[in-house]
Amino acid sequence: MKLRERIDALKKPFGKGQKLERFAPAVNAFDTFLFVPNHTTHKGAHIRDGVDLKRTMVTVIIALLPAFLYGVYNTGYQYFIQSGVAFTFWDALLHGALKIMPMVVVSYGVGLAIEFAFAIYRGHEVNEGYLVTGLLVPMIMPIDIPLWMVGLSVAFAVLIAKEAFGGTGMNILNPALTARAFAFFAYPTYMSGNKVWVSEASNVDGISGETILGSLAAGNDVSYSSFDMFMGAIPGSIAETSTLWVLVGAAILILTGVGSWRIMLGGVLGAAATAFLFNLWGANALMSFDWTNHLIVGGFAFGVVFMATDPVSAAQTTKGKWIYGLLVGVFCILIRVFNPAYPEGVMLAILLMNVFAPTIDHYVVEGNIKRRNKRLNASLTPAS
Amino acid sequence: MPYICSAKNNHSMSADITLRKGLKIPLKGEAKKEFVSYTTSNNFTIYPDDFHGVVPKMFVKEGEVIALGQPIFFSKANPEIQFVSPVSGKLSKIVRGAKRRILAIEIVADGKDKTTKHKIPALDKLSPDEVKSFLLASGCWPFFKQRPYDVVANPQNTPKGIFISGFNTAPLAADVAFVLEAQQEDFQNGINALAKLAPKVHLSVAADDASFLSNVQGVEVHRIKGIHPAGNVGVQIHHIDPVNAGETAWVINPEDVARIGRFFATGIFDPSRTVAVVGPVVKKPSYVKARIGEAVAPLLETVGISANGQIRIINGDVLSGMTTHAEGNLGFYNNALSVLAEGNHYRMFGWLPFVGSKIFSMSRTSLSWLLPKRNYALDTNMNGEERALVVTGEMEQVLPMDVFPMQLLKECMAQNIEKMEGLGIYEVAPEDFALVDYASTSKIEAQAIIREALDLMIKEVG
Repeated sequence: MKLRERIDALKKPFGKGQKLERFAPAVNAFDTFLFVPNHTTHKGAHIRDGVDLKRTMVTVIIALLPAFLYGVYNTGYQYFIQSGVAFTFWDALLHGALKIMPMVVVSYGVGLAIEFAFAIYRGHEVNEGYLVTGLLVPMIMPIDIPLWMVGLSVAFAVLIAKEAFGGTGMNILNPALTARAFAFFAYPTYMSGNKVWVSEASNVDGISGETILGSLAAGNDVSYSSFDMFMGAIPGSIAETSTLWVLVGAAILILTGVGSWRIMLGGVLGAAATAFLFNLWGANALMSFDWTNHLIVGGFAFGVVFMATDPVSAAQTTKGKWIYGLLVGVFCILIRVFNPAYPEGVMLAILLMNVFAPTIDHYVVEGNIKRRNKRLNASLTPAS
Repeated sequence: MPYICSAKNNHSMSADITLRKGLKIPLKGEAKKEFVSYTTSNNFTIYPDDFHGVVPKMFVKEGEVIALGQPIFFSKANPEIQFVSPVSGKLSKIVRGAKRRILAIEIVADGKDKTTKHKIPALDKLSPDEVKSFLLASGCWPFFKQRPYDVVANPQNTPKGIFISGFNTAPLAADVAFVLEAQQEDFQNGINALAKLAPKVHLSVAADDASFLSNVQGVEVHRIKGIHPAGNVGVQIHHIDPVNAGETAWVINPEDVARIGRFFATGIFDPSRTVAVVGPVVKKPSYVKARIGEAVAPLLETVGISANGQIRIINGDVLSGMTTHAEGNLGFYNNALSVLAEGNHYRMFGWLPFVGSKIFSMSRTSLSWLLPKRNYALDTNMNGEERALVVTGEMEQVLPMDVFPMQLLKECMAQNIEKMEGLGIYEVAPEDFALVDYASTSKIEAQAIIREALDLMIKEVG
C-alpha cells in the first residue's frame, strides 16, 4: 500500500516522543479521514461494531443534502421569480451555489480551525461533530447574511456554546442554533424583516421577500398555498423551506437509526396539538393559521428533524426524548403565536428545551433510582 | 419505556421472561456438535487473574511434586478459599510480575494422575456447613461467583439464591445441553448439593428448551426468551429476583454444577472441561474434551487455523473473554476458546456509510442489516477511534435491564458511589456491558469502567 507508506513517513515527526507530537491530532484528523486506523481492541470486547462517529456524522450530512440542494435551487428560484427575469433550472442552481458555497467554506473554515486548535491544546483527537454543524450553520441562515457574520457566529458558537463547556459531547446548546441565535440577537437587521430572505432583496428594488410567518405576524395576508409551503418554493432561511426534502432527510435519519424518531414524532405531535387548540381559539391571524400549515411552514420541520435531534443537546433517556420532543413542538407554536417579534419559534423553542433537557433526564433517571430504593425498602420490611 | 420486559413471576414451578433488547452478532465459526480428539500437552498453567481480586498465597513451592486436586494456593483475604491443581506432576514455575505479583503457576504433568481423594458421606446426610467445607477443601469453591461485584463468592455469606444460566447466548458460545448431555445425573447431584447452601436455586433455560434441563428437580426453572445477553446470569437475576444493596446472590456455570455433583459422588475434583474451539479463522470449529489449565496449542492444531497474519486467541467468548496466546493455556472458567484474526490493518475510507458491508453493524448505517442470514468473519479492528460520547440510545438497545447504562457509566467514571448504588451497580457485571463495548459509536470501554467501579465499591462498601 504505497499511499499508506507515504502517509506513515509523513507522520513520523508527529509520533510519540517526536518534535511535533502535540500537533498529532491535526494530522490524525486528516489521516483517519483517508483511512480507518489499524487500531485493535486491547481491553473489553474483542470485536467492535462497524459504526464510528465519522460514519454517523456523514450519515447526517447525507440526510441534510436533499434539503441543502433544494435550498441552493430555491435561493436562485426566489431571486429570479421576484426580479421577473426568465431563467432555467441551472440558472437558479448556479445563482444559489454562488451565494451559498462561500458561506459553507467560511463556516467549515472558521469552525474547523477552532476545533483543530482546541484538539491540539487539549491533546485529544478532533471530534467529527463539527462536520454536521459546519453544514447546518449556512443552511439555517438568511441568504444575504454577510460572510464575516457567518464566521463570527460560527466562532461564537464553537467557542462559547461548545468548547467553553468542555467540547464535543459536553455542550448544553446545539452549536448551529447558537450560531443562528447569536446572529439573530446581535444583528437583527440582517436576520429579520422583509429584506433578507430573498437573494439581493436589499439591493434590487423589485425584490421583497417576507417569510410567511413574518407576514402573519405583521398582520398581512399570505399569498402562498399549502402546496408551496410543503414543496418549499417560499422565502425563508436557506434550506428550511422545503418540508418535502426535510422529510426525505428524516426518512434517512430514522431508517439508519441515527436520528431519534421519538423526538421527531414528539415534536410533530406537540406542535400539531398546540396549533390545533389555537385554531379553536382563533383570536388572531397567527392563531387561526391552520394547524397543518404550522407544521410545514418556517423552520419547524427542519428544526425538529435536524436540530432537536442533536443527541448531545437533546434529552438522552428514552422517556426524556418523548417529553423533550413534545415540548419543543408546544413551545415552537407558543412562541410563534404569542411573540410576533420572533415569528420563527422553532429556534428559540429548541434552545429553550436544550437548556431543560438535562432536567428532564434528571427526573427520568431519578425515577429509576426511586424504583430501586423502593424495592430495597420492600425487601427490608418482611411481608406481613 | 426503559423497562421492556414482561415477567410473570408468580413463584410457580416455571416463570416466563421475555427480553426484547440485545444483539445477536452473526459471527462465523460456530462449533459443530461433535468432539474431536487430540493429544494433550504436559504443560498446565493456572492464571490467578482468572479469579478477579484474589491475591494468591502459595501452599507449594517451585519444584514440589503435587497431586491432582491438591491445594496449590489460597486467597490471602479469605484463606478458606483454596485453589487446587488440575493435574498431578511438578510445579515447575511461579511466574511473577511487578511487585512480585503472581501471574501464572506452571505445572508439568507426569501423566500419572495421582489424585487427592476426599471421603464423603452420602449427600443427604450432610449439613449445609459440611457441604460448604467439602466444597472449599476440594477446590470446587471458586466455581461460585457472587453478585454484587462479580468475584469469587464469599463462603461466609448466605446468598438469597444460587442462579444458574442453562443457556449461552454469547457469540459462538458452547451449547450447554450438548456439553451436559452425558452428565445429566451429575448435574442433578450438583443441584442437590447447591440446594443445601441457599434457600433457592434458580435455573434459567431458553424458552424453547427441550433438554433434560427443563426437568431438573429441586430448582425453580425460568424459561427466558431473548437474544444475547439474555443468557447472562446477571441479566436473569435482575428479572427473577434482583440483588438489592446488602444482598448477595451466587452464580455458577452449569458444567461446574455437574462437576460438584461428580465430586460428591466420587470424592474427586474433576478437572475436565468441555471446550468449544470456535471463531472465523478456525478451520474445523468443534468441541474438545480438555482439562482446566491445559495448553491451547494442541487444541488449535487439531481444529486448524486458516489466518495468514496474526491471530487473537481468547479464553472465553469474543465479547468478554481474556486474551491469551499460542503458548498460553485454558482458563479456569471458560468453555470456549475463540480465535479471531487480528485487525491491525488500514481501510481506506472505511468509515463511509453504506459501503463495506462485510463488517457487521447494529446500526443501519451499513448495508449489513439487509443481509440478515449472513455470518461475518469479524476481526479485532476497533473500526474507528475513541471519541466523546455523542450518540444516545444505542447502549439501551443492548442492555435488557431496568438500568440506565449511559448514566451508570458516567457516575462510575465520576466515582459517585451514592449514584452508582441508586443506578444499580450491585446488579451488573462487566460481561453485561460487553455489548455496550461492542455497539458503542464512540468506542467506549464499558466493561473496564464497570470493573473498576465494582472494585471501588468493594474497597469503599465491601
